[in-house]
Amino acid sequence: MEAYIPMLLTIITAATPLLFAAVGEMVTEKSGVLNLGVEGMMIMGAIIGFLTVHLTGSATVAILASIMAGVIMAALFASLVLFFHASQVPTGLALTIFGIGLSALVGQSMIGVAYDGIPSLAIPGLASIPVLGDLLFKHDILVYLSVLMVILVHLFLSKTRAGLILRAVGDSHDAAHAMGYSVIRIRFLATLFGGGMAGLGGAYLSLAYSPLWVEQMTAGRGWIALALVVFASWRTWRVLFGAYLFGGISILQLHAQAYGIAVPAQVMSMLPYLATIIVLVIISRDLSKIRINAPASLGRSFHPSR
Amino acid sequence: MLPSLVKRQQISRPMVYLSPVLAFLLSLLAGVVLFIIMGVSPLAALHAYFIEPLSSSYNLAELAVKATPLVLIGVALSLGFKAGVWNIGAEGQLTIGGLCGGVVALFFYDQQGFYILPLMLLAGIAGGMAWAAIVAFLRVRFNANEILTSLMLSYVAGLFLNLMVHGPLKDPDGFNFPESRLFSDSAILPILIEGTRLHIGALMALIAVGLGWVIISRTLLGYQIKVAGSAPAASAHAGFSGARIIWITLLIGGACAGLAGVIEVSGPIGQLLPSISPGYGFTAIIVAYVGRLHPVGALFAGILMALTYLGGEMAQIQLNLPVAVTGVFQGLLLFFLLACDVLIHYRVQFGKPALAGERK
Repeated sequence: MEAYIPMLLTIITAATPLLFAAVGEMVTEKSGVLNLGVEGMMIMGAIIGFLTVHLTGSATVAILASIMAGVIMAALFASLVLFFHASQVPTGLALTIFGIGLSALVGQSMIGVAYDGIPSLAIPGLASIPVLGDLLFKHDILVYLSVLMVILVHLFLSKTRAGLILRAVGDSHDAAHAMGYSVIRIRFLATLFGGGMAGLGGAYLSLAYSPLWVEQMTAGRGWIALALVVFASWRTWRVLFGAYLFGGISILQLHAQAYGIAVPAQVMSMLPYLATIIVLVIISRDLSKIRINAPASLGRSFHPSR
Repeated sequence: MLPSLVKRQQISRPMVYLSPVLAFLLSLLAGVVLFIIMGVSPLAALHAYFIEPLSSSYNLAELAVKATPLVLIGVALSLGFKAGVWNIGAEGQLTIGGLCGGVVALFFYDQQGFYILPLMLLAGIAGGMAWAAIVAFLRVRFNANEILTSLMLSYVAGLFLNLMVHGPLKDPDGFNFPESRLFSDSAILPILIEGTRLHIGALMALIAVGLGWVIISRTLLGYQIKVAGSAPAASAHAGFSGARIIWITLLIGGACAGLAGVIEVSGPIGQLLPSISPGYGFTAIIVAYVGRLHPVGALFAGILMALTYLGGEMAQIQLNLPVAVTGVFQGLLLFFLLACDVLIHYRVQFGKPALAGERK
């Protein structure tokens, strides 16, 4: 068992950024907003976090700055689609293009700069359990936070009144509006939440997963997170499962060579993208499954006068 | 009194065309602010971006070289987006097209002949179409979201090209650099104007604009595309096949992107490299939107976006500005455009909204 611990640990670290971004996007989509700009928000979270940790020396401040970066990017998107009634698909694309460009510009001075990575946080007592302690209780704070967020989001959506209202807005904005709920405000907040979570995912990449700055270092993880939401058919626990599944696929390339499997690195790097396509096909094939769980108003613009 | 948006009875025609102009001016303004923050003289920067590229015949030719792939792909994406088919993986189709054309060129590397170039172009088009066909098949057969599949395939295509130039297609005398052999003269696009890099690919882009215009405004297919995008229910009721439109628009997109790819490798590049495009396939999305999803608009928008690429290079040389500014500018332009487009469907009203039932 102990021989597998390093591999299992890399699965957890590879899954964490996906988990943050996908859970956040799921909440956004539950409110009826399809934000295709996850990649852009994530990459901004990554560079702002990395920049901040070098300016302040504080990982905590850096993580908060990453969240803010994601929130600000999401606010830009939300303003356009909610107040300016811009169509959601192109606006999300614009957010990604803009984020990739801006992060490259902001990150000019950070190329080649090193950072030790945020320290891991062994939980006293639990961390000394053999095997399990190494596996589950010696991570950095962001890994714990990602799992905590899954639990909180699950409780919020399924057990609270506010979560019910959020889902109502996503399923029928006209009905929710008629009942007196502020569709625009709820969607705005849900989109900001998604942005903050994407920012956290980016922070994990540049502060913990590979603590350095490389242009376009998110490498499509934002898009994979979007696919994960579909894969999970908008259910929180399945997002968790999906993120860990994809984490497992994306670390195969790290371990294939160690086990003497002679497959070119590029082919191994293709796996997460190919897996995303395969998973999408399997899930989307059954239209009824998508229809049951997908927010019915997903991607539709709302104007109270109609 | 806060201004509010009131839905227009009819869309505003003038705003359809004014919006890109307005968006461009706003992006310029944002650019000036950006340059001031970066400590660069805005005048010098704007000169490098928008005057320098237009100031010599060589630079004008370079502008056309960069506009060629953007216009080609932009025209094709316009048709798809109009139909509501979101092919955002043109970058991957371009990559596979360039790779297929390049393989043909390398196969005939020690031969001369008029037949090589047409074969390359056909291979490129076929490669791009095949890559897009995967997306169409998965969408039509399995209902898989084309945005995600086409994008994922772009990453796969990039890695595949990388693998090929690191492996089988690597120049045997190339000191182990990940580059192919240089193409033979027969595999290089003829130059239109001596002393520049302007090649006949630019003419192909113009032809694509013409064909695109004919399709969208003079054919039943064009009509079906417009109806499918603006009124999907009516389109289905009229018996137009949604699957057919998905297939056709994706195949057109793949063909044009593939052609753009082979034009890049047989024109300005002249060999296969690990990366053959500075994101033309993604920028073409902006081209399609700024061009109002119309082929002729895509021509102008393509030239404008080519200007940002060329201007970015000029600014890098003259002012030491990072190339990334180009990406920021392109993103801003699309943002402002989408914001300005609100005025097509809505008008701004100051004072209290007259609608009953309006909540605050």
